[in-house]
Amino acid sequence: MNDMGHIVAEEVDLSHNVILYLDAISVSFDGFKALNKLSLTIDAGELRCIIGPNGAGKTTMMDVITGKTRPDRGKAFFGQTIDLLRLSEPEIAHAGIGRKFQKPTIFENLTVFENLELAMKTDKRARTSLFAWLDDAGRDKVADTLKQIRLDHEADRAAGLLSHGQKQWLEIGMLLMQDPKLLLLDEPVAGMTDDETERTGELFKSLAGKHSLVVVEHDMAFIAQLGGKVTVLHEGSMLAEGDLATVQADPRVIEVYLGR
Amino acid sequence: MSRTPFVIRFLTATPKSGWVALAAFAALTLGLLPALHLLVPADSVFHVSAYAITLIGKIMCYAIVAVAMDLIWGYAGILSLGHGLFFAIGGYAFGMYLMRQIGRDGSYQSDLPDFMVFLDWKELPWYWGLSDSFAWTLALVLIVPALIAWIFGFFAFRSRIKGVYFSIITQALTFAAMLLFFRNETGFGGNNGFTDFKRILGHSITAPEMRVTLFTLSAAMLMATLLLGRYLVTSKFGRVLKAVRDAESRVMFIGYNPLHYKLAIWTLSAMLCAVAGALYVPQVGIINPGEMSPANSIEIAIWVAVGGRATLIGPVIGAAIVNLSKSFFTQAFPEYWLFFLGALFVGVTLWLPDGVVGLWRKWRGSKA
Repeated sequence: MNDMGHIVAEEVDLSHNVILYLDAISVSFDGFKALNKLSLTIDAGELRCIIGPNGAGKTTMMDVITGKTRPDRGKAFFGQTIDLLRLSEPEIAHAGIGRKFQKPTIFENLTVFENLELAMKTDKRARTSLFAWLDDAGRDKVADTLKQIRLDHEADRAAGLLSHGQKQWLEIGMLLMQDPKLLLLDEPVAGMTDDETERTGELFKSLAGKHSLVVVEHDMAFIAQLGGKVTVLHEGSMLAEGDLATVQADPRVIEVYLGR
Repeated sequence: MSRTPFVIRFLTATPKSGWVALAAFAALTLGLLPALHLLVPADSVFHVSAYAITLIGKIMCYAIVAVAMDLIWGYAGILSLGHGLFFAIGGYAFGMYLMRQIGRDGSYQSDLPDFMVFLDWKELPWYWGLSDSFAWTLALVLIVPALIAWIFGFFAFRSRIKGVYFSIITQALTFAAMLLFFRNETGFGGNNGFTDFKRILGHSITAPEMRVTLFTLSAAMLMATLLLGRYLVTSKFGRVLKAVRDAESRVMFIGYNPLHYKLAIWTLSAMLCAVAGALYVPQVGIINPGEMSPANSIEIAIWVAVGGRATLIGPVIGAAIVNLSKSFFTQAFPEYWLFFLGALFVGVTLWLPDGVVGLWRKWRGSKA
């Protein structure tokens, strides 16, 4: 396994128009089955929402995809050829999967600009970073992203001083700087105002097509705004899949959400 | 904007105020103090005594260690409580050369160092083979601690050992090394270590010129360490280190491998400590396993905390404050030194989380 920061990632093969395959993934922690034979496919360019009660396995699923947790059984492929279960976290990031955590995870003591600069897609080996120099193209890219996430007036502020919603946006901006093929977004609008939530929705819709997005959310209004296909997880497996109206009408989904 | 040459970037990493301070420091340590020691007669009030030169030289060596510690603790968030080990290894590596330079002037008039004659050894152990070469000694001062740090760091960082667990392991490492060096059979003079040095490159080690040479070398090394440190922490490499300190998982998920970053700064830090140790031993004239005691390594962390973490200049100030108080207290009230040190640490932790430099910044901020 090459565990240098710089990986000449093979291009993701989208020949079957599918960007992510999960096949019968099982993960257990001390006997508790966090994921139970979960199978899921995400199409290239799709905007998919994932919902489910607490403990349904949404975060564990993201941990498996990004290499943080190794499953006990199952397969996970990025495109047709890249086996995610054989790669480390930085390698998966280089292959083109970006992840936003539930709690905004940014570098609080660096400025907003520096946060984005570090995330930029580039050679990330230690010896390269020693002599690295941000060129004009890089500066422009950071500036563009700053505008996109509406933080262009906060570029030189310490990221730790931003509001909660702004931190969420900064983290999304960091994902965009990586130029990922697939974005995994864990509760991206938690703690945002209604206005911020709506603008986030617009941003995501504009990203779909060029990128594929998987959004884990509880906010039904936001999911309705996004308008993509919805997958419902329950006890580590898929319970239902379809558009929002269909899954909301599904008696099994109602039972899970309202209790029996 | 075209790519700025590396030399310019290196030099401009340190701001103007830093260069002014460095120039003043250089004038003092490379010009004024050596001149006052060498040229002014001993009975003049302007004469700087050998004691003062040695004390300041010693503190500058400690300051190098403190800056090295700040690079890993202040910037990368890795608290080592075993940095005294690397300092001691550098000291021992240079001490071996000093022992060989004694030649037949030892008590037993033998080619072997006295302690080996005492143990009835007939020839030098293999690992003393390169110690009669000055050039090889300088190389070993860098290579041995770098190798030990790299191997230890590789396994510790690869296993993602962090925080207090890492600190405890480094503490155990230096303690184990101390026990090893206490043994006579290890071949480093047991609990007496090395002493009674006579000369370096054939020149007497007690001559005032030699004392001043070691003093100015320590000052130059301290300044070089500060310039290098400033470049590192303002480079992208340094920003990744701060990012590792703040949110290591995010660093990984944006595609950096923290292992290589931590390993690089950890190994560099160990090498800087070793150079400081090699400069320290000829100035104080002794090295023994006491330098590896856990308390010594903890004291290094206190210097950095007192001066102010993640400031580079703070640790220099902290090392100076603590060690000047130490030489005052151990003469005036020897039994109270440890109480003072403990009180200082508690006080800094409670009221000065950013150390002396933090206090200075706050004071300037409130004035502005």
